Amino acid sequence: MTTSSLKTNVLLPASSLPGRRPLLSKAGWSAFLLALIAVCALAPVLNLWVPEGSTLHLSDYAVRLLGKIMCYAICALAMDLIWGYTGILSLGHGLFFALGGYVMGMYLMRQIGTDGSYQSSLPDFMVFLDWKEFPWHWALSDSFVATVILVLAVPGVLAFVFGWFAFRSRIKGVYFSIITQAMTYAAMLLFFRNETGFGGNNGFTDFKRILGMPLATQEMRMALFVITGCTLLGFFLLARWLVGSKFGRVLQAIRDAETRVMFSGYSPLQYKLTIWVISAMMCGVAGALYVPQVGIINPGEMSAASSIEIAIWAAVGGRGTLVGPIAGAFVVNGAKSWLTVVAPEFWLYFLGGLFIVVTLFLPDGIAGLVRKLRRRKLADSSKEEGRA
Amino acid sequence: MTPDLMEEGTRRMQAVAVKAAQDTESGGRKAGYSRIATPGEVDTTHGRILYLEDVHVSFDGFKAINGLNLDIAPGELRCIIGPNGAGKTTMMDIITGKTRPDSGTVFFGSTIDLLRHNEPQIAQLGIGRKFQKPTVFEQLTVFENLELALKTHKGVKHSMFFRLDSAQSDRLAEVLHTIHLAGSVHRMAGELSHGQKQWLEIGMLLMQDPKLLLLDEPVAGMTDDETARTAELFLRLKGQHSLMVVEHDMSFITTISEKVTVLCDGSVLAEGTLAQVQADERVIEVYLGR
Repeated sequence: MTTSSLKTNVLLPASSLPGRRPLLSKAGWSAFLLALIAVCALAPVLNLWVPEGSTLHLSDYAVRLLGKIMCYAICALAMDLIWGYTGILSLGHGLFFALGGYVMGMYLMRQIGTDGSYQSSLPDFMVFLDWKEFPWHWALSDSFVATVILVLAVPGVLAFVFGWFAFRSRIKGVYFSIITQAMTYAAMLLFFRNETGFGGNNGFTDFKRILGMPLATQEMRMALFVITGCTLLGFFLLARWLVGSKFGRVLQAIRDAETRVMFSGYSPLQYKLTIWVISAMMCGVAGALYVPQVGIINPGEMSAASSIEIAIWAAVGGRGTLVGPIAGAFVVNGAKSWLTVVAPEFWLYFLGGLFIVVTLFLPDGIAGLVRKLRRRKLADSSKEEGRA
Repeated sequence: MTPDLMEEGTRRMQAVAVKAAQDTESGGRKAGYSRIATPGEVDTTHGRILYLEDVHVSFDGFKAINGLNLDIAPGELRCIIGPNGAGKTTMMDIITGKTRPDSGTVFFGSTIDLLRHNEPQIAQLGIGRKFQKPTVFEQLTVFENLELALKTHKGVKHSMFFRLDSAQSDRLAEVLHTIHLAGSVHRMAGELSHGQKQWLEIGMLLMQDPKLLLLDEPVAGMTDDETARTAELFLRLKGQHSLMVVEHDMSFITTISEKVTVLCDGSVLAEGTLAQVQADERVIEVYLGR
């Protein structure tokens, strides 16, 4: 009925309105393809077929390190969706990561079979505790399919229940961050107990096989590396699609003016809950990929520091850019693995300093810095053209 | 069957009907005989689109709204004036579901009890609100702001796969033109001037196509030219939409008003044409003091 009331001579044809943006720009697709080739072809060739003495050889150490960092990058990406785009700082993503890791760890423990030091079908720590059979929550751990489903379901369900109560009560800002941190801490205390049935403070380690194949081979390491890389790239596309849709714009709107979103007829609860659960599941997958590569999972992954570190990667890389947090995970963890070897006592100072520098001088992180430099370059070149 | 038994049966059936009616959205208020109340549909056949009766709200003992009675006819443009702290914004908070009143009734049309709905539901029912401070999504473009406000399904799944169809694009282009922002489609809303933000917010309301618009100080911070254009727009909307405008700018009210309500200390002090209320002794007293 308003349509007729506002009918004036429309100057702007509807066709001139912007349509849906493509998933990636042309240059973006090229970069994506390059990354895919690097992960799926270049790295395996350099690691498996180029001889060890060659300068082009990718060492096993580097493969393990990069594989680990790619898992972290998935976490940073998940953090960006919830923090960068929706404005909800979670300090509980370490928990979702650890839960995914523990689900995978349980499967890997079952795969050890009777090769443990006590030659029992039970994991060593259960024999040590004098348990005679598996507790109920280990029921599905023997099946790989169930493990894959649980890697998504366990963090997802926990995030759903927690998020539903928190968002329904309209808990926001720093209060939300604090209760996520509290949840993580509570879970850590629970997992530290031997009675919980997750190996107490030692967690799970000494894995031997996955899907019946030995874990400690170069080929398996490479396969896990490729799977992790493809998962990261796949999640990147998924995230890109999410933030490019109207759904993603509602998330940003929630970040900027939540009341306006409500008075526009959207229920922020549904939106926050959806992205929160997606983000938690991504972290769970990252954890599940992480455990077979590093060969250990223990409650240390649920410490406050590891959740905060995820937030630091996202902040250093640049919130709200998707590529930024991935880069942030690589830069910070690259620096970490280098510094902890060269000058182990300085690592924490460096991390603290980095956080201060980013907060003070680079509010948009690395991605923001790159954008600024590129803009300056453009301005310079246009100035020179003007002069000429 | 004896008459006694039949009467008893009728009584029981009525008792069941009353119970069932209490579970409905209208809370058992009947739409009237021979008409069917459609859930979610605004029933204005009784000549009222908004109806507030004996509403009370207090914050820590301070009575922000104190026995407020107010009703608005479909298509009416009502101006609300009143000194600071009279309860104008609180009244809008109540209508839009932001604040729960301690007691009283608030109805949208004859059948929808607004106290049974939350903010997004009330917005979807057809009540749009502009805040006192212009509230737009600063990190999104003008286009995206309007697109988000568009009247459509607002569920998560729908938003993920949403694409503007041609009718919606036309509507968007039309609103862009109406609010004089056609040249700034791609600009970030945060870069707009204060007056332009006000216009964008009004544009977002128009995209929602609400039946009732609540406008809290819509011309604050606008230039004279922009104010005049806003007045023109409101007069054009009047008739198809119902509008409730809270304003301090008296010249603006003079231009648009037909009926003015003066609020004071959380209840209605006077109601009538601008000339009538300006002549009212009590109104002069609260505005000028004695």
